[in-house]
Amino acid sequence: MSVYEQIAEAQAAAISEIEKTDDSESLKAIEPMLFGKKSTLGGLKRLMGEVEEEERAAVGQALNQAQQDVREAHASAREKFESLFRRAQLEAERLDLTESLETPARGHLHLVTQTMERLEDVFVGMGFTVSEGPQAETDWYNFEALNLPAAHPARSMFDTLYLDLGERTEIGDGDGGEATNILLRTHTSPVQVRVMEKTAPPIYTVCPGRVFRRDTADASHMPVFHQIEGLVVDRGISLSDLAGTLNEFTAAYFGGAISSRLRPSYFPFTEPSAEFDITCVICEGDGCQTCQRTGWIELGGCGMVHPNVLENCGVDSEDWTGFAFGFGIDRLALMRYGIKDLRDMYTNDIRFLKQF
Amino acid sequence: MKVLLSWLREFAPIEGDPHELADHMSDLGMAVEETRILNSLDGVVVARVADLRPHPKADRIQLVDVEIDNGDPMQVCCGAFNMSVGDLIPFATIGTVMPDGMEIAQRKMRGEISNGMCCSAAELGLGADHDGIMILPDNLETGAPLMQELGLIGDVLWDLEINPNRPDAMSIAGVARDLAARLNVPFEIPQWPVASTGSEEGLANIEIADGDLCPRFTGRVLTSVSVGESPLWMQMRLTLLGMRPINSVVDVSNYVMLELGTPNHTYDLSLLSNGHVGVRRASSGESITTLDDQQRTLQPNDGLIVNEEDEPIGIAGVMGGASTEISDSTTSVLLELACWEPESIARTSQRLGLRSEASARFERGTDWQISVTAVERFCHLLNEITPGGIEVVGEVLDVAGTTRDIISVPVRTPRVSMLLGREFSSEEIRDLLTPIGFGVEPTDNGDVQLVTIPSFRPDTETETDIAEEVARHYGYGRLGTTVPRSPDAGQLSPEQKLRRVIRQAMTGAGLIEAMPNPFLAPGDIEKSGLVVGEPVRLLNPLAVEESVLRPSLLPGLLTAVSYNYSHRNTGVELFETGAVFAASDDSLALPVENEHLGALISKADAFAAISLLKALGSALKLEFELTNTDGLAGLHPTRGARINIGDTEVGLVGEVDPAVLRSYEIEDRCAWLNIRLDLVIEAAIAVQGTPYQPVSTFPSSDVDLAFVVADEVQASAIETTLRNAAGEELQSLRLFDVFRSEQLDEGVRSLAFSLRLQANDKTMTDEEVGAVRQRCIEAVESTHQATLRA
Repeated sequence: MSVYEQIAEAQAAAISEIEKTDDSESLKAIEPMLFGKKSTLGGLKRLMGEVEEEERAAVGQALNQAQQDVREAHASAREKFESLFRRAQLEAERLDLTESLETPARGHLHLVTQTMERLEDVFVGMGFTVSEGPQAETDWYNFEALNLPAAHPARSMFDTLYLDLGERTEIGDGDGGEATNILLRTHTSPVQVRVMEKTAPPIYTVCPGRVFRRDTADASHMPVFHQIEGLVVDRGISLSDLAGTLNEFTAAYFGGAISSRLRPSYFPFTEPSAEFDITCVICEGDGCQTCQRTGWIELGGCGMVHPNVLENCGVDSEDWTGFAFGFGIDRLALMRYGIKDLRDMYTNDIRFLKQF
Repeated sequence: MKVLLSWLREFAPIEGDPHELADHMSDLGMAVEETRILNSLDGVVVARVADLRPHPKADRIQLVDVEIDNGDPMQVCCGAFNMSVGDLIPFATIGTVMPDGMEIAQRKMRGEISNGMCCSAAELGLGADHDGIMILPDNLETGAPLMQELGLIGDVLWDLEINPNRPDAMSIAGVARDLAARLNVPFEIPQWPVASTGSEEGLANIEIADGDLCPRFTGRVLTSVSVGESPLWMQMRLTLLGMRPINSVVDVSNYVMLELGTPNHTYDLSLLSNGHVGVRRASSGESITTLDDQQRTLQPNDGLIVNEEDEPIGIAGVMGGASTEISDSTTSVLLELACWEPESIARTSQRLGLRSEASARFERGTDWQISVTAVERFCHLLNEITPGGIEVVGEVLDVAGTTRDIISVPVRTPRVSMLLGREFSSEEIRDLLTPIGFGVEPTDNGDVQLVTIPSFRPDTETETDIAEEVARHYGYGRLGTTVPRSPDAGQLSPEQKLRRVIRQAMTGAGLIEAMPNPFLAPGDIEKSGLVVGEPVRLLNPLAVEESVLRPSLLPGLLTAVSYNYSHRNTGVELFETGAVFAASDDSLALPVENEHLGALISKADAFAAISLLKALGSALKLEFELTNTDGLAGLHPTRGARINIGDTEVGLVGEVDPAVLRSYEIEDRCAWLNIRLDLVIEAAIAVQGTPYQPVSTFPSSDVDLAFVVADEVQASAIETTLRNAAGEELQSLRLFDVFRSEQLDEGVRSLAFSLRLQANDKTMTDEEVGAVRQRCIEAVESTHQATLRA
């Protein structure tokens, strides 16, 4: 048998051994037979000393080639076994992902809170701060400072809930002493008064919060609801500034298709006063049932802060002018989701709350 | 206030599309709530009632035979009983489409055929009255189309919302004035001169004892009066504007009120001794029987009209008295057309619950300068509609009280321009104000004009008020839109940002935000196990169930959880942030109002609330300390703890008292967390900006220690001891096991802690770790009589 034949035979034997294995372990077990000094091919290295000088290079090359082929056969077998093993292992881990039993519950903010935060964010983006104040207020902050003295007929616009403070209680009837009346604020305007009292202009702020009216609950009224009001006091503030600011807010909150308009109105705390309407968000102005085919829905009241209010708050009404506006938050929330009955927002039914 | 186009046109040549005119009125601040173009109402005809008889099978309907031509009468079933045989009524024939879209068909009602419908004014859209069938004047032609007979086809009726500051717009003339100015057409109040005879002297006299109450009292003596029915055109106008025709004198009275905004009253002159009427304030204890036959008790500030005997014969501006009421036999009348102090009228009418068209106008303030014109209009109309005419005697009686001065206000053109954000010229301002009755005179300064305010605009007093008039008539929508910018950046305050962080921590832990009613029933406080000295109560609650301001968030959240349980939704996890109220010790201060966070987790023990508290602490970088406390109000007697930040108590945590849960019909344990949000936010702000701790690059070592400790010793106390003993190398400390067993003694448990030690500047040696371990063991054993568990 020639040297080359011996090499070929040893190579064939080694590869045949590899082919007989069926997993990583059996392959590992024959590795000493394939490689190293004790393997058949390894043993043939000693033939190198026995061949002719001029043959030596060729034999060496044949031997290397044979060893290389065996290594490759081994590597490919090992790769195959590992791959089979991984596949079997993964197969064993197979899951039906629709079998999930319990999901960690995500919480939900109340729809009113979500709406309030959205509004705050829009106004913060427009350069406003957010101001807050007490819900139980004095007659002064809720009415008198706002140009609504005790006998003012416009007080009947606000059905007020008063607090029973024993001997201090005294509902104003125009005979003085009303300053001690304590009531639940009927709007967030008292916050405006408090801001003007303690902050020198310029003022750019919004006052969101809970307000109270002596109203029986029905589909569109609650005795407890939420409002946001805005106040700007600066030099040279005009009615056009009010219109522009409301336009900018409307586009930012409702989207570019919705715009706003002002209509003359009356409030004791503003002069000139206006109602502000927005394009109907349902039909975008084409006219529908919601807007009674006018294309507009009334959102809130606004106007230039009455000079008496500025003076009551210690602001010089000749040097500074301002505007204020306000509207209901609850109604915005209803409009956005097409909720028909305001009371649904306050039953605290989790089937309702979880939808938002 | 409703206005009719044909009536407006008696004051100004108003033309245009009804909807465009409506837009103009809305834009002038008289919001149009409805525009109705009166159509021909095809199929509705004038019919005569020929016979009335009971329905054989129904009590609530009767059978009516109506005649519309000379043909046979037709039978109709009708639910109204107010007509008599011979009356003329509006009748909708078969096939008529009613204003509400309903089509009239022949039908059977309880076995009887009905061939059409007898109509009420409301059904035809001609008035508010739907109590009975509309009875028509008997001079109409039977069978003729109704609207043609009434002369109403094509007229337009608008329903306007008039703001409290616009007394002038509570009249046809006032609305016409505003609209004419906008349309740039002339406006004029016609003169209605009346011929008079004789002298009023000795027949009537007026005396005003309180000039503040009555700025002006005008009157007139009318004789040869015969009270009858007013003409159809007048009845229709009154009906369309929402008033019910009564008789000629009352109808003229109402017509003048609607037309010129001047409520007025008539007395039977023969019932007034010497024709005397006086005006004074009531004294306490006085009373009067009013026109509606009600006995009314008066209060000292009420305005009164009295007779010569000083007895009340009317409540000023609110309602007349029964004793001098005109009747069918009245022939001589004293007309009263007075102005009254608005606040006095508002107070009295509100107190007596007597709000009327008249009081609504007096409350806003009526025009004292139009009185004589209005008196003349009254006389003119009554003379015109009374067959044979009436006698108007002598001159207008006219007594002045304290009238409001006509004031002139300097108006600066630049100031108006600045307020409105548009450059106006002085001429533009003049041209906008003059058509609505303001006098505008130039001054030496071209930028300042002297504006005289008309007597029908008592709301207007200042330069700013006048700027509103300029804006209103120029058009709010035509002013520019500019956006002013704050010099400062807009942002939430640190408190507001942290409040959002807290809410997010709650929702992150899976809780749902609820908004329970802040008003409680008086028993709710006890029911939820709370102990409150004196809660804050409402003086005028809507209902006793909503008469207490909540002193805690617990009752509201329990109610919310209970509601969900009653709808088969258990395992409810709710939170709320909001104000709670307590009476103030200081008698001059507002109630104490604090913002709380409440979280109620049903189907969970106290540890669910502790986890929530820890989540909150982690969100706010705060360490809360707990002190187990028995018997906290509302809490499970042995599962409650006070929460502290340092020395400040900031809340309570634990489980709701099982007795309370039973009273709310909640059948699961409920974990409860209640935090003073204001205090927690304050503490969180204080630790904001705490410098960062560099992360050590050296290896760490873990030491686990289990101690057997008496049940009375709080686990948190051991933690504190361990923390102090371990020193600065302690990176984290965690209670990982609590073990109670028979193998241990009674009244003790094993608490196992895991400590991770790590130095910032070196690898700790085994000896150093061992030393820390030893210090910890000794400290716990000596401080708490604990033993290390082998």
